[in-house]
Amino acid sequence: MEQVIARYAGQIRSAAADKKPLRLRGGGTKDFYGQGLEGELLDTRAYTGIVAYEPTELVITARCGTPLAELEAVLRAEGQQLAFEPPHFGAGATVGGMVAAGLSGPRRQAAGAVRDFVLVVRMLDGRGDDLSFGGQVMKNVAGYDVSRPMAGSLGTLGLILEVSLKVPPLPFAEATLKLELPQDKALAMLNHWGGKPLPISACAWTGGELVLRLSGAPSAIEAARAAIGGEPIAAEQATAYWRGIREHTDPFFSTDKPLWRMSVPSVAPPLEFPGEQLIEWGGSLRWLACKADARSIREAAAQAGGHGTLFRAADKSAGVFTPLQPALAKIHRNLKQAFDPAGIFNPGRMYSDL
Amino acid sequence: MNESFRLLDPLRQTAAVKALRAILPSDAVLYQREDTKPYECDGLSAYRELPMVVALPQNEDEVSRVLRACRQLKLPVVARGAGTGLSGGALPHAKGVLLSLAKMNRILALDPVARIARVQPGVRNLAISDAAAPYGLYYAPDPSSQIACSIGGNVAENSGGVHCLKYGLTVHNVLRVRACTIEGELVEFGNEALDAPGLDLLALVMGSEGMLAVATEITVKLVPKPQTARVILAAFDDVEKAGNAAAAVIAAGIIPAGLEMMDQPATRAVEEYVHAGYDLDAAALLLCESDGTAEEVEDEIARMTAVLKDSGAYDFRISQNEAERLKFWSGRKAAFPAMGRISPDYYCMDGTIPRKRLGEVLRFIAAMEKKYGLRCPNVFHAGDGNLHPLILFDANDPEQLRRTEAFAGEVLEKSIAVGGTVTGEHGVGIEKINQMCLQFTPDELEMFRAVKRAFDTDELLNPDKNIPTLHRCAEFGRMHVEGGQLPHPELPRF
Ligand SMILES: Cc1cc2nc3c(=O)[nH]c(=O)nc-3n(C[C@H](O)[C@H](O)[C@H](O)COP(=O)(O)OP(=O)(O)OC[C@H]3O[C@@H](n4cnc5c(N)ncnc54)[C@H](O)[C@@H]3O)c2cc1C
Repeated sequence: MEQVIARYAGQIRSAAADKKPLRLRGGGTKDFYGQGLEGELLDTRAYTGIVAYEPTELVITARCGTPLAELEAVLRAEGQQLAFEPPHFGAGATVGGMVAAGLSGPRRQAAGAVRDFVLVVRMLDGRGDDLSFGGQVMKNVAGYDVSRPMAGSLGTLGLILEVSLKVPPLPFAEATLKLELPQDKALAMLNHWGGKPLPISACAWTGGELVLRLSGAPSAIEAARAAIGGEPIAAEQATAYWRGIREHTDPFFSTDKPLWRMSVPSVAPPLEFPGEQLIEWGGSLRWLACKADARSIREAAAQAGGHGTLFRAADKSAGVFTPLQPALAKIHRNLKQAFDPAGIFNPGRMYSDL
Repeated sequence: MNESFRLLDPLRQTAAVKALRAILPSDAVLYQREDTKPYECDGLSAYRELPMVVALPQNEDEVSRVLRACRQLKLPVVARGAGTGLSGGALPHAKGVLLSLAKMNRILALDPVARIARVQPGVRNLAISDAAAPYGLYYAPDPSSQIACSIGGNVAENSGGVHCLKYGLTVHNVLRVRACTIEGELVEFGNEALDAPGLDLLALVMGSEGMLAVATEITVKLVPKPQTARVILAAFDDVEKAGNAAAAVIAAGIIPAGLEMMDQPATRAVEEYVHAGYDLDAAALLLCESDGTAEEVEDEIARMTAVLKDSGAYDFRISQNEAERLKFWSGRKAAFPAMGRISPDYYCMDGTIPRKRLGEVLRFIAAMEKKYGLRCPNVFHAGDGNLHPLILFDANDPEQLRRTEAFAGEVLEKSIAVGGTVTGEHGVGIEKINQMCLQFTPDELEMFRAVKRAFDTDELLNPDKNIPTLHRCAEFGRMHVEGGQLPHPELPRF
């Protein structure tokens, strides 16, 4: 495996010398996400396998090319999980791609995002140097936390070689409920419940129907059911439903309109746009299938205190990600310069000048 | 960097005072020895330095103008919250400005429906939970210093507390940090949604020890108070058994609300101070807390008790009411001040190790007590492997201080050697800077410096802390090299 690293490092060094972009790619399941794909392919799947797993330490370390499905199966066998429930978006999803994309699924509202579980990142920077940041332990504040920001960096800072993740136990039990509620009432209830010690681990509202998942001790689930009401959904059906929400195979997502990912404060009022909406994360994540112009959508997101991402669309000319404030953009450029001085890693995947 | 500051003209002080007085009222610019003296150290009082000037801004705009002025005059700036830090992070710079955020102590907004609070950096950690209490909410990270420490300091250190095993560290509980760069520009990291566009710089700013930007406004998450909590106080006749018991609880799929341990010397010292009724014959005590609904807690306490019993606990007490729960916790929470009563000074370490190496590291510490002739009671966050050995010494005796530093250095290096880190929550500051040379490679340290320059080109914010220069590492290496051998060539790099 060390030979694979040497090969990657060689490829990076020569790309840097020639100032030729590299396109870092695992299974390619998230090719749709982000701005353009540019450069010579560097396939991360050659560097694969689980390096270390100690269930009692709650830590797993895997190479970038490890299939995400394999990692999850290994964890499940020990009663543990990736608590942020990452979407695969296809059979070939890899661990490296999952971290670089930084996308979290339904359980994010209760458990946290990918970045919250990243403990160590080993990476090759734009000089081909092999660097490790973070610590294999639950708490570490030595040096700057360079490992967490790799989550969601879309391969713009370096090639993620290995990652150590915190892996909590699976919940003892789960139950899914369904309630009929219009959007404004659903948002109000989600925020109300959010302030109560209830074990809500996921929610999805669309078309007047709110589906809630409860996770935890059986007794806590029972108590929550009594407090919330609603109609139970059978376990098998519930599992399939949440998979559909996570993987975007739910009918809501089979739209030919542009799909917007609106990240807003949970208390933001209903977004007034034509088209369909699906709400997750206690009101903080709103999927919008909508043809309105990008500008008005981004303005609405900003007004609500959040941002809008053009998640899936045929035409991305409006820009996928919300532009950064100038002072913040400057820090981004400086960091890019620090990690990737020749500007070879996935140029333009996030912003045109990164 | 440091050298050039040392060569600065002493008249710099006059120039600095003049520039700051143009921005701040005169009582907010301190430079007389008797006024600057209270700022000479933080909680790591073995290191002291008088700042050249102290500036006390009252709002974001003043912070921005002060920083701009400092940049113009090339003055190093050390931010300070409450000064409870334990690694010398807020240790002043003799040729620089100490920027106290203490006057910025207002809670700007608290939204019980959105469950967030927007606060100024000088707000005390506990003040946030107090303000949220009427709504059944609280701010989860609870460092033992929470009555005093500031949220700005918490952000800068990524502080934890006894409940962070279940509820996360500062990084998991802050949504947004508004900060001022050395150029005087305001930047927002994160926002009041669950994520923000671009790179996750909010995570990068957490724990950055005031070296990247000065936090001026922070939005924290508030979470619902659990309906009830109970704690098990378990006694063990052997420290290693207790350590293994902690690991066994986690292995059973339980994430306790708190999982803390004290060894016998620590228990004896705190008992004298708080009279919690601890078992003084136990080699180690484990505090294992469950929270949630009454039914949930009952189930979990039963599961925890079974695991602890199997792991060899010889005695259990389960808190029967809130008063008793707080009493069981009182000793652990007051461990540091209790040491202050039995010794003129204590030196608190912060290494974090894989739980399974606990026994080995404890034996190592016991050996060091003998080697250096100093006592070292242990308290620790057993659930996440974060050790706080407390070396007892007298700082007035330079010889004891020297032995203490050597003792601490060996323990930190041991933490690295077993695959851990030199600091879990207290930060590197000035204290652990040499050991950074062991934990990271020269390339990694260079990258840290490049990260700093991405925010602070002239390296004026809290210079010479946290990240050692390669020159410093070379010096440290020379001191360490014995017989041409590099220290710990076997050290794992992770
Ligand atoms: C008795 C005792 C118990 C403790 N228990 C714990 C514990 O359980 N868990 C734990 O994690 N820590 C603990 N600590 C350590 C300490 O309280 C924390 O590190 C705390 O977060 C420091 O906050 P402060 O406001 O005192 O910061 P200070 O000591 O003033 O500063 C700490 C660092 O933060 C920087 N800083 C401060 N404010 C800002 C700002 N606004 N912007 C940018 N940088 C800033 C400073 O430059 C410095 O580097 C304890 C300390 C004591 C004395």
